[in-house]
Amino acid sequence: MSGTTRYVVGLGITMACLAGHALADVKVAFIDPLSGGAASTGILAQKTHQFYIDAINAAGGLNGEKLELLSFDNKVNPQESLIQLKRALDDGARYVVQGNGSSVALAITDAVLKHNERNPGKEVVFLNYAAVDPALTNEKCNFWHFRFDADADMKMAAMTDVIAKNNKVKNVYLINQDYSFGKAVAVAANKMLKEKRPDIKVVGDELHPLQKVNDFSPYVAKIKAAGADTVITGNWSNDMVLLIKAGKDAGLKVAWETYYGGSPGTVTAIGDAGVDTLKQVSEWHRNAAPELDASVAAFTKRYPGKENEYAYWRAKTMWEMFAAAAKKAGSNDPVKVARALEGMKMQTSLGDVEMRADNHQILQPLFVSTLAKGVKYDSEDTGLGWKTDAKIDAKATALPTTCKLDRPK
Amino acid sequence: MELVTVSLLNGVVYGLLLFMLSSGLTLIFSMMGVLNFAHASVFMLGAYLSFQFGRWVGFWPALVIAPLACALVGAAIERYGLRRVHPNGHVAEILFTFGLAYVIEEVVTMIWGRNAVANNVPAVIDFPLFTIFGSTFPAYKGLMMAISIAMFIFLYVALKKTRIGLVIQAALTHPKMASALGHDVPGVFVLVFAIGSGLAGLAGVIGGFMLLTQPTLAHAIGPIVFVVVVVGGLGSLSGALFASMLIGILQTFAVAVDYSLLDLLRVFGVAVSRTSPLHEALGVKLATAAPIVPYLLLVLMLIVRPRGLLGTRDV
Amino acid sequence: MAVAIVLVLLPHVPGLDTDFGRSLLTQMAIAAVFALSFNLLFGQTGLLSFGHAVYFGLGAYAAILAMRAINQGMPLPIVVVPIAGALGGFVAGIAFGAVTTRKAGTIFALISLGVGELAYAATFMLPGLFGGEEGITASRTRAAIDLGLPLRTQLSVYYAVVVWAVFAALAMYAFTRTPVGRMCNAVRDNPERAEFVGYSTQHVRFVAFAAAGLFAGLAGGLHAINYEIVAADAVSAQRSGTVLIMAYVGGAANFIGPVLGAVVITWLQSSLSGYTSAWLLYLGLFFIAMIMFAPSGISGLIVRHASIARTRAFAGVLRAYALALVPLAAIAAGMVLLVEMSYRLATQPELGSRMRLLWTSVDAATAWPWIIAVVMLVVGFLLFRLTWRPIAAAWDRAAPEAAAR
Repeated sequence: MSGTTRYVVGLGITMACLAGHALADVKVAFIDPLSGGAASTGILAQKTHQFYIDAINAAGGLNGEKLELLSFDNKVNPQESLIQLKRALDDGARYVVQGNGSSVALAITDAVLKHNERNPGKEVVFLNYAAVDPALTNEKCNFWHFRFDADADMKMAAMTDVIAKNNKVKNVYLINQDYSFGKAVAVAANKMLKEKRPDIKVVGDELHPLQKVNDFSPYVAKIKAAGADTVITGNWSNDMVLLIKAGKDAGLKVAWETYYGGSPGTVTAIGDAGVDTLKQVSEWHRNAAPELDASVAAFTKRYPGKENEYAYWRAKTMWEMFAAAAKKAGSNDPVKVARALEGMKMQTSLGDVEMRADNHQILQPLFVSTLAKGVKYDSEDTGLGWKTDAKIDAKATALPTTCKLDRPK
Repeated sequence: MELVTVSLLNGVVYGLLLFMLSSGLTLIFSMMGVLNFAHASVFMLGAYLSFQFGRWVGFWPALVIAPLACALVGAAIERYGLRRVHPNGHVAEILFTFGLAYVIEEVVTMIWGRNAVANNVPAVIDFPLFTIFGSTFPAYKGLMMAISIAMFIFLYVALKKTRIGLVIQAALTHPKMASALGHDVPGVFVLVFAIGSGLAGLAGVIGGFMLLTQPTLAHAIGPIVFVVVVVGGLGSLSGALFASMLIGILQTFAVAVDYSLLDLLRVFGVAVSRTSPLHEALGVKLATAAPIVPYLLLVLMLIVRPRGLLGTRDV
Repeated sequence: MAVAIVLVLLPHVPGLDTDFGRSLLTQMAIAAVFALSFNLLFGQTGLLSFGHAVYFGLGAYAAILAMRAINQGMPLPIVVVPIAGALGGFVAGIAFGAVTTRKAGTIFALISLGVGELAYAATFMLPGLFGGEEGITASRTRAAIDLGLPLRTQLSVYYAVVVWAVFAALAMYAFTRTPVGRMCNAVRDNPERAEFVGYSTQHVRFVAFAAAGLFAGLAGGLHAINYEIVAADAVSAQRSGTVLIMAYVGGAANFIGPVLGAVVITWLQSSLSGYTSAWLLYLGLFFIAMIMFAPSGISGLIVRHASIARTRAFAGVLRAYALALVPLAAIAAGMVLLVEMSYRLATQPELGSRMRLLWTSVDAATAWPWIIAVVMLVVGFLLFRLTWRPIAAAWDRAAPEAAAR
């Protein structure tokens, strides 16, 4: 008796809570970390995407329809992300935006491919704004995935080009997060350093657990003991901040070559010790060009405060290209928009960009920059800001690809 | 040599932080048999409260107020929560603290948000204390070590030399008898829980600088603290100190070791082929295996010697 | 029989006939099997485990590797993949059970905690086997043999999972009725006496452990089919904690209890998180309330009420409950108001302080909503306390009548 009662009870509860959803608008699902160690990055990204979606809506929407951003917390966990993806798809999302965590991106791109194969007519497109494991546009590429950030190899190429010209670099220590992206950084660093400067010695190649290390002092001790003068790391979010913090506490004197030295909190953590030592490879920085001022000011007006410091220039590029693709396609249907997006070229305030048709990887200008005093705009109210060391044009960032896309008929 | 010294120093610092956290838990666990899952959450609460009070009244007053506030919270938990659940058995008590851990984490998010708060080391203790082999040792870590050792001395003296300490010790091993002799055992329980929580709060004040003050702080450090308490042994404060140091040093040194069992076998002339299924497992460097070291120790200890290293009675 | 009909019809009920609804039902079925396997240890044998997800997870890994093999050509249909899961869980149960079942009580609980953390950390150390951070993926539709049952839609997955789930539930029920199952209960209630009767408590616990591992692995296999990805969080402490909450909230003393708990908690986790960002807080408070006031779980509550349901005094009990409903609603409203406003201000300040709550809109930056919330909470609580006496009195009238029947 209680068995059947259970089902009636369960049924009632469940039915009471499944409201019908309005199926108007173009729904975009944002699946990134909104809690836990990477929350600062994910929350800032969410605000940035919302900002550009609002801009598109204010300008008349996407082919007349309004864009709506639905946010889901993935906790940098592939399993959790797929659960949220299912939720998003059931809520009617046709576009998925994600970036923080290549591990998650790999799961999502696989799931999107499966979903599109099994549900013709209900295809979904994956806009990846930050997951830079090269595999996503090489061996794991697929037609539905578009990447709007330079991949780890492209960034390493830029970084090693600048290192190659610097005679002071002799001993390099690699420390990265133990997952697909971190390993890709290590592999690329080893390969490219050997090609460009065979005299440089790699004195350490460390992989630490992702988002789990609380105290990097033991790792800093190892870096010291190995006698490194330069550290190359792909660490992001908390892992970056804590590593830098431990380095500063121990008085570690190295040049920090990073991908994400601009992670919220890093510049504050390193302070003056970072001047001329903290470097990053990125698609922009605040002092890259005066043309950035208007865009940054508009964002800061909407989201003031130190923790909302503008960080995702590539999001602007992504949404502008997206809107242009929808306009070109004359439709908001993901398949048509995807076709319009591949091969698209656009002009931005920092230079020309192109979305490669052969592997859906964006080509955009890259900047190698160093933390310095006395620049026009500082970071996080520290009085320190970024200064360009080198700028690489979009076309020059391209690398060969093994991708063979399966296009829909 | 340099690496060994610096690692030893780091290990001692980490070990003393663990001791600050586990001293309170060992008291609570030994006395009431309650696996207090909410202990690390009170630690986190201490970190947040010290941040907030630090903003309002400055660091040194916050160093005193935050632990007191945590002690009050602990007393309330015992008086209004645990006591009511006690008749339902040990399991219910454990589950109560388990649910409480979730609730405290969410309450903290509710008040301070999901991002890490800017709980920076106050300028007054943010300077290098001394330099060893070219690495600097920050003053706040020195303060932490001092507080931790002071905690140990205070607890040791209080338990062994004062009257209330003697009553607590009696209630630790023979609660019914102590009660029959007329001592207010429930009152003692509240006191012990309050003291334990206060100590966790104090640990949180300093721990909040060393680690990032964010809602997941309790998850990050919680499980290791249990290991310390069990490995050290119940009813034994010295055991907790010893176990914290052991685990702190072991983990720190493990990270520094880049060798694996494969390398060890090679020393003895045994080669394992790359295609063998064991190759990957044996090839794990000790540095990568560092996170499991405490849990391995826990499981081994429980199987071989459930009393712990210096425990006075079984779990 | 009635149950079978309901299960078959459930995914077609309007409201549940979306992919999301069916997905939810599938998750509930998987959680139910997992919770039942946990209760083989907890409710039946008295062993509290904080690391039961290890067997679920290892089963899930075994299953997804089997799925991979099938994708690459092994001639088996996908629907037998849960067997691989069950085997994985069983082997793990035997391996770990051999060492951990020597003691019971708190030691066992601590060991299970340690083993759980150990397994979780180990999955990251062996990326070749466990896939590292990315986990292992496979496809449930690519197989040489498909028996005419391609698992392309969520509906087909639901049916496959439910068939397995019912089979597992029946098997576990049968287990509790065997002599070994009965001895598990004996060992739970009075281990010393069980020893005197001639059974080795360690041996009995070991058998229970292995059986629990087998069924947890089976649930893991179903999980692998449903999500087509298995990553380290399948063995995480959080998953162990969730299944414990499910079994306890549903009621560990009743066989069906964990199933109830699984349904309720899965629903809370899935749907509630869509409505409020404070859902974990509500879940935690709900759990604590259950522990403090209803330690026998939902099934225990149902059983207690069922026993007085046919008495004449039952109407009186219902009336007393109705009286308590209004203050309870006030407490709930006040609390929800406070919580939601705090969450909005703390975690999403850029959305502004105006927010929609149920049918009204409030501005969290003003004082009035806070004052109203606190007043509702306090007054509601005081009134609620007043209703305790009539409720107790109504029960006092009903109980002897029920006993006399």
